[in-house]
Amino acid sequence: MTTRTTNKQRDVLGVSALRPDGIAKTQGTFSFSSDYTADNMLWGATLRSPHPYARIISIDISAAIKIDGVETILVSGDVPGKLTYGLIASDQPVFASDYVRYMGEPIAAVAADHPETCRRALDAIVVHYEVMAPLTSIEDALNPNTPSIHPDGNVFRHQRILHGDANATGDIIVEGEYEIGMQDQAFLGLEAALAYPDSDGAGVELVVATQWLHEDQNQIADCLAMPKEKVRLQLGGVGGAFGAREDISLQVHTCLLALRTGRPVKMQYTREESFFGHVHRHPGVIALKHHVTNEGRIVKIEGTMKLDGGAYASTSSAVLINGVTHIQGPYKCANAVFDGYAVRTNNPPCGAMRGFGVVQACFAHEGQMDKIAKAVGKSPVEVRLLNAMEKGDTLITGQAVESVAPVARCIRETDALPMPEPLSHGSEIMEFPGGSGRTSELHNIKRGIGWGVSIKNLMYSEGFDDSAEARCTLADGVATIKFATAEVGQGFVVLAQQIARTVLGVDVVVLDRIDTEIGSAGSTSASRQTWMSGGAVDGACRLVRERLFEHVAHTHGLDPLQLVIEDTDIVDTMGPLRVSVSEASKGVKIVQTFLHQHRKTEELDENGQGNCHVAFAFVAHRAVVDVDVELGLVKVVQIATAQDVGRSLNPLALLGQIEGGIAQGLGLAVMEEIIVQNGIVKNPSFTDYLLPTALDAPDVLFIPIEEPDPQAPLGAKGVGEPPCISVTPAIVAAIRDATGVDLKRTPVRPQDICL
Amino acid sequence: MSIFSPRSLPEALEIANNHPTARLLAGGTDTMVEINFRHYEPTDIISLRHVRELQTFEQTGEVYRVGSAIPYREFENGSYAHISQALSEAARTVGSPQIRAAGTIGGNLGTCSPAGDTLPVLSALDAQIELASVNGTRVLSIHDFMLGVKRNARASNEIITAINFSKIDGYQGYAKVGVRNAMVISIASACLVHDPKNQRVAIALGAVGPTIIRCRESEAWLSDNTDLSTNSPISADITNEFARRVSAEARPITDHRSTAEYRKHAVGVLAQRLLKRAMQ
Ligand SMILES: Cc1cc2nc3c(=O)[nH]c(=O)nc-3n(C[C@H](O)[C@H](O)[C@H](O)COP(=O)(O)OP(=O)(O)OC[C@H]3O[C@@H](n4cnc5c(N)ncnc54)[C@H](O)[C@@H]3O)c2cc1C
Repeated sequence: MTTRTTNKQRDVLGVSALRPDGIAKTQGTFSFSSDYTADNMLWGATLRSPHPYARIISIDISAAIKIDGVETILVSGDVPGKLTYGLIASDQPVFASDYVRYMGEPIAAVAADHPETCRRALDAIVVHYEVMAPLTSIEDALNPNTPSIHPDGNVFRHQRILHGDANATGDIIVEGEYEIGMQDQAFLGLEAALAYPDSDGAGVELVVATQWLHEDQNQIADCLAMPKEKVRLQLGGVGGAFGAREDISLQVHTCLLALRTGRPVKMQYTREESFFGHVHRHPGVIALKHHVTNEGRIVKIEGTMKLDGGAYASTSSAVLINGVTHIQGPYKCANAVFDGYAVRTNNPPCGAMRGFGVVQACFAHEGQMDKIAKAVGKSPVEVRLLNAMEKGDTLITGQAVESVAPVARCIRETDALPMPEPLSHGSEIMEFPGGSGRTSELHNIKRGIGWGVSIKNLMYSEGFDDSAEARCTLADGVATIKFATAEVGQGFVVLAQQIARTVLGVDVVVLDRIDTEIGSAGSTSASRQTWMSGGAVDGACRLVRERLFEHVAHTHGLDPLQLVIEDTDIVDTMGPLRVSVSEASKGVKIVQTFLHQHRKTEELDENGQGNCHVAFAFVAHRAVVDVDVELGLVKVVQIATAQDVGRSLNPLALLGQIEGGIAQGLGLAVMEEIIVQNGIVKNPSFTDYLLPTALDAPDVLFIPIEEPDPQAPLGAKGVGEPPCISVTPAIVAAIRDATGVDLKRTPVRPQDICL
Repeated sequence: MSIFSPRSLPEALEIANNHPTARLLAGGTDTMVEINFRHYEPTDIISLRHVRELQTFEQTGEVYRVGSAIPYREFENGSYAHISQALSEAARTVGSPQIRAAGTIGGNLGTCSPAGDTLPVLSALDAQIELASVNGTRVLSIHDFMLGVKRNARASNEIITAINFSKIDGYQGYAKVGVRNAMVISIASACLVHDPKNQRVAIALGAVGPTIIRCRESEAWLSDNTDLSTNSPISADITNEFARRVSAEARPITDHRSTAEYRKHAVGVLAQRLLKRAMQ
């Protein structure tokens, strides 16, 4: 066999290939969903409730509709189809008509010639409300004597987990209570969509920034009372998602306005509106009691998790299940009695956000691990290694962890990463807690170290029929890949190209438009697209390769099974034939479609038992913080992390997920919180909803743990969520370590430390 | 709505006089936010960008005269960074580089928010604010200029032309508490100026009252109990008591950014630390 050297490293799997949209994004020429316009276009805008809970007595649009430039105003009565939508339960009105149940709930939508005309029209709509006392506490929602604020009741779901021996006891009991604030996904690309009505009014095309085109399509079609195929969706440029684009926001409104006016309509939220226009991370309280041996082994966990789901169901019930089924953490635990509740209140609706219920669980179980360590006189690392889950262990749901579970390795490799230099007199002011505010001097500052380790399920759970479709076309040496996978910034676009180059030996990979002209790819969430859509693209490319081998074998009188791809050539392993893929595919066109499905999962029974999850990924985080104890100011100095990734398919893209997830977890640890008082959101802007900036980002030391998962199509586990899960408890643990204060709540506020 | 772009101060004053409801626009970093949030509906706008007189800087003996429309960048690390260490430190804490390239002290005074970062500095320096109108120029002490939450003594036809303050030989510094390391609105802040020649320390607090609070009682107590003619270190008893007294002079509120309790505590800590920085 001849050997050939390629002079250029090809952008195949395993290489830090650059994303096809990267340069446009960095240069500012990429079109995000809010950048689109159309000829003859109208603007749409939404009238929202100023009250968290009120009965609508009347809506008077008569003055508003007369304003010059206003084309139409729609209210609930104008919705032709289903009046509600929702990802799991369809309980959220397209427009509120009888009650408004949260501040910012849509009541009407207007289309006009200019955004300013829209604003004036919204001002001119007169709504009479009978303002009611909002239900805002979890405890009140759980109280059966509290009147229901929705026909479906005030409890979205209760799930009990009963596993092993409920009466088992340990030598020591360790108890703790934990509270998590409401975090926002705060993507930078605001909600935006452009709808084009069909000329006959019988259909509509929507260009929208979303996480899941086909689910949007289903819900929109129902509300429009149209057959699904009459509602065609195309992905608009997405500027981040993190769960906030799973639910319907402006999709139905935009389509309705376009169909009513017969003109293209664009809707786009402002930053303030965005805080009201999408769901947030569930705030909640978790009480945990660990029974442990004198040595520190976990014998049993008991407790409750209560999540505030806000006014509508969204994915609350699934978030809850993720929370309760991960409450043991990545640790062995034979016995459990645990109850989870997700409730309805008049607070902002909560749903999917990166980490999906596991963030809340992890904050609690990691707080407990440190308490256990203290109780038995071990270090945080020792107690975690002692309990670390391994392949074959059984979860408290009765499900076995069948695949790679390198928990101990994640901890050990993280532990081996170097510690940062201590702060010194010569350090830059920005290295100090308080930063540019020059509040702190060296002798005011204490350093702390904290740990967080987590387990996260990958893909959808509880029997959900989850799949992803992709199509590969090979012609004249060029592969064209089609999928409906939402590219939300994670980099599936470059991964798809890498897969095609690797499998087919092509260099040019064209990505077709991302739309609903092909079957669903499922949601870009739950760390699932590399596995699911990656598996679909891989499958489609493999089918094309088979056809190509058959074609070449036929031409040369060979057995197709003898052929392999080597770089960009087809090579006969038993003979001299070597022909380039581009030559071999000249004049042919091979098209193959592949549907990838993961193994089936089950629903949980009444005791929370069942194989409800597909697969798991693990990660360890070690945080180092400097704290100005007297002022309660924190600087996160360094995060060290080793993550179970299965296989690193694009090291640069992987690092992007790690660093970004850590920044998001840092936000939840020390600054990001939507402050809601009596149902009123107090800080719906980036002035007061504080996101970490580059100056708050810590140094990140990262080791990928590569133990390919045999179940995963490419050996790779999803990597999107784990980085942001255990980093939050690690940072809070480091603050506890520095200050000695028993912090129960995240985000940690200065006054929690120093008062 | 009209937008005026005067080329000289007299022209600007004339326009301001004829359009009493017009909004003066310097860097626009407060005004544009107000417009976007619909807290203010623009009627007429007078842009100050081309009014060269507002960009000038003069030093007469020991007194600086700083044009009101000079952007923060120049005080942070530009041409005027040397005139006041506290002003330079305060300028560094304002927003982001983009904001500091556009935003001005005149705008900070115009808005007169209790969280305005240069205001405690101007207060501690006993700055004099120059206000011009078609009728002439008047000079107001900063203490008489700031009236309350976003309220000041400027008449509708007046333009803030310059800020005057004296060179100080002793330490001066600014410290600001925010939850983020930069680009954050103040939760509590303090400026301390030590004037050894006149044997006094001035301390002014931001974001802990309806407007900037000058802690006169604490200052008086300190000069009664300490030799302020030098910067030799002073005892912990003194700095602690000073902190306690400064904290007591604060009148903070609880809002979504922080609690009154924390703000009171924080200004005490800042007062103590700034005093130690001054006396070493
Ligand atoms: C992202 C962001 C971050 C910010 N961070 C901070 C911060 O950290 N600290 C802080 O203090 N502020 C901050 N601000 C607020 C703002 O930047 C400052 O208040 C700044 O000083 C305003 O100056 P300007 O020139 O931009 O004012 P403009 O917006 O132009 O004007 C503000 C007000 O002052 C009036 N005015 C302006 N110039 C004059 C004049 N010469 N005479 C009379 N009236 C005048 C205007 O009519 C208007 O009422 C921030 C703003 C933004 C958008």
